[in-house]
Amino acid sequence: MKRLLKGGRVVDPANGIDGAYDVLIDGDRIARVEKNLPTPDGEVQVIDVPKGFVVVPGLVDMHVHLREPGQEHKETIATGTRSAVAGGFTAVACMPNTSPINDNAGITEFILKKAADAGLARVYPIGAVSRGSNGEFLADIAELHAAGCAAISDDGRPVATALLMRRALEYASMFDMPVIDHCEDPSLKADGVAHEGFHASALGLPGLPGAAETVMVQRDVTLAGLTKGRVHIAHMSTRGSLRAVQDGKAQGFNVTCEVAPHHFTLTDASLEKPLQFDTNCKMNPPLREQADVDAMLRGIVDGSVDAIATDHAPHHADEKAVEFDRAPFGIVGLETCVPIVFEKLVHPGHITLARAVELLSVNPARILRRPGGSLAAGAVADITVLAPEASTTIVASRLASKSKNTPFGGWTFRGVAAATIVGGRTVFTNPDAPGAAVFA
Amino acid sequence: MTKSSSSPTSSESVVVADAPPATRLKHRHLLGIADLTPEEIVLILDTAEAMQEIAHRPIKKVPTLRGRTVVNLFFEPSTRTRTSFEVAEKRLSADTLNVAIATSSVVKGETLVDTALNLEAMSPDMIVLRHASSGACHLLSRVCRSKIINAGDGMHEHPTQALLDAFTIRRHKGRLAGLKVAILGDLLHSRVLRSNVLLLTRLGAEVWVCGPPTLVPPGIERLGVKVTSVVEDAVRDADVIMMLRIQLERMQGAFFPSLREYFNVFGMTEARVRLARPDAIIMHPGPMNRGVEIASEVADGPFSVILEQVANGVAVRMAVLYLLAGGAEDEAVA
Repeated sequence: MKRLLKGGRVVDPANGIDGAYDVLIDGDRIARVEKNLPTPDGEVQVIDVPKGFVVVPGLVDMHVHLREPGQEHKETIATGTRSAVAGGFTAVACMPNTSPINDNAGITEFILKKAADAGLARVYPIGAVSRGSNGEFLADIAELHAAGCAAISDDGRPVATALLMRRALEYASMFDMPVIDHCEDPSLKADGVAHEGFHASALGLPGLPGAAETVMVQRDVTLAGLTKGRVHIAHMSTRGSLRAVQDGKAQGFNVTCEVAPHHFTLTDASLEKPLQFDTNCKMNPPLREQADVDAMLRGIVDGSVDAIATDHAPHHADEKAVEFDRAPFGIVGLETCVPIVFEKLVHPGHITLARAVELLSVNPARILRRPGGSLAAGAVADITVLAPEASTTIVASRLASKSKNTPFGGWTFRGVAAATIVGGRTVFTNPDAPGAAVFA
Repeated sequence: MTKSSSSPTSSESVVVADAPPATRLKHRHLLGIADLTPEEIVLILDTAEAMQEIAHRPIKKVPTLRGRTVVNLFFEPSTRTRTSFEVAEKRLSADTLNVAIATSSVVKGETLVDTALNLEAMSPDMIVLRHASSGACHLLSRVCRSKIINAGDGMHEHPTQALLDAFTIRRHKGRLAGLKVAILGDLLHSRVLRSNVLLLTRLGAEVWVCGPPTLVPPGIERLGVKVTSVVEDAVRDADVIMMLRIQLERMQGAFFPSLREYFNVFGMTEARVRLARPDAIIMHPGPMNRGVEIASEVADGPFSVILEQVANGVAVRMAVLYLLAGGAEDEAVA
């Protein structure tokens, strides 16, 4: 079965393409991307791409929590990947802090099987750095790699010691795998629950200083230099971290980083307004102060930031309906990411659509060494269709994710994912994007 | 536009032309001083003056809250605040119910919201809440029908303490505007500090806060206070010296080297008190650590109004209960 996407704007920065092109899909692969392709013989679905829509390589979220196995009340691989495709993502990389931890091939294979059963987004499991993510002994990383893990991380926790991080970087370099680190010095974090600063002070919330992140990013960058291994900084949020990453890159170290949409959108003032002590504004890293938010934006614009990743962290409503300091960290992010990127980055002119595609597709696929991020002939037919002018109002209860913990409920954004195509097959069309039904 | 927000106002002359005296509270809950206007604060203090008189009657009871039920829901140990609320409620003839939760269903895993909703099923009118988590009262105010009175939430606010402190200061000084108030001790973990800073700055006092830099909340100066770690600077020419408790249970955090050193550097001694104005008053919200933040000679000395604070607490809480109950007809404006 062939499908021909006719007449849309195609933005494919990996191949230097931005313009009116047709895309021919043959089975699960891209066959051709050319101007004015003739309709081929045989069984072909010809889709006239609605005016204004943009065809881009499938978006990849390299930092999500799918919660299965073990916390299926928050999310399952089926609901999480449904949320992913509803947000325009054709692939997600899932963190290993499930229960049990993904520190062995059995869990990795279970995740891959559940993902195949769901048949929505591709799932790239991330294995644990240390056994049980306890920070003591390396997990069986060769086994994790062989089973299909794309990276290793003890996310939710930092890689506990500089020595363990060194060993992980050295060992994982055998497999060309990045070590993704949740950077946070535990002694500086202490019992912190909100960004240390005026707002946390005013509300009497224990502070989580930006320096807790920065010192560990500095450590990891230094170790990238020592080991030549590949460090990827998860959910970077402080201006100090950005400087450390820029410094590492300037020295030619293998350092990459990602930023979550909330960290270039919201500040710690959200702790007080519109709702005081809103547990949907509690995440880790916390919402930072304006200077940090400005720095994240700067890094996105100047190229220092490699990827935008959501840190999609579903939690059940009951778990969030508690005292602020007792609520778990995290918010869902898969379905609000594209609208935020349009509203806060692309439409105001901070970045081009091509740069957005690099951040959301090209770079995460490269960092994970996974296919995607490209519409070249022969590439997997993972395609996201964007509708930059379609508006959406976020309604938490209508999210496809099993959990509804978002601070963006009620926000209206311009720019959505109109359709999501995985392996040549349409897995989502967005009712908020008029005309998207043609992709069905 | 009101002018009152920009001009410092004494408690007596708080009413500028465009801001008439408050006659009731706008909000249906008392979650913090942050929600109160200067006029509302003055209304509570003035009402407390009237309530104070009841304590001097042979029969210390009025029927104001007859038939109303107040639940005192305390998730943290408290002697002063809980008994003070209970006395206030009883003097107003409310039916009171004390729930101390260290021993109750929370140990069985019940959430705060469920506990409150279960109590609420018994139709109380108000819930007085003390809880170790900042924002606990805000959480309940969003799910409960009852009026919530904050009796201390984590490190956030303790509004009735600040109100009784202001009441005490006003009784001695006749005003709040223009006074120099020095607040010293563990600023970081203190809800009493936050409520007092909000109240005193709102009524025009000059507030100095003082403690070791390890115990100063970052950014606190944005609340309009002067911050120093030099006790002498804080205390010099002060009208009011307010000591905060050093929370001994926090000593694990290595905020300062030892209690001995703390007392040497920050303890309120007679010598330091002499730097203040000759008519200065010494306050402490209790419980005191004698010989840690305050010398016994100061705590028991002629300038101390510490026990008066406790007495005034009852009148202030009666005023709060009365005013919140009286607002019942006007819930639409909440």
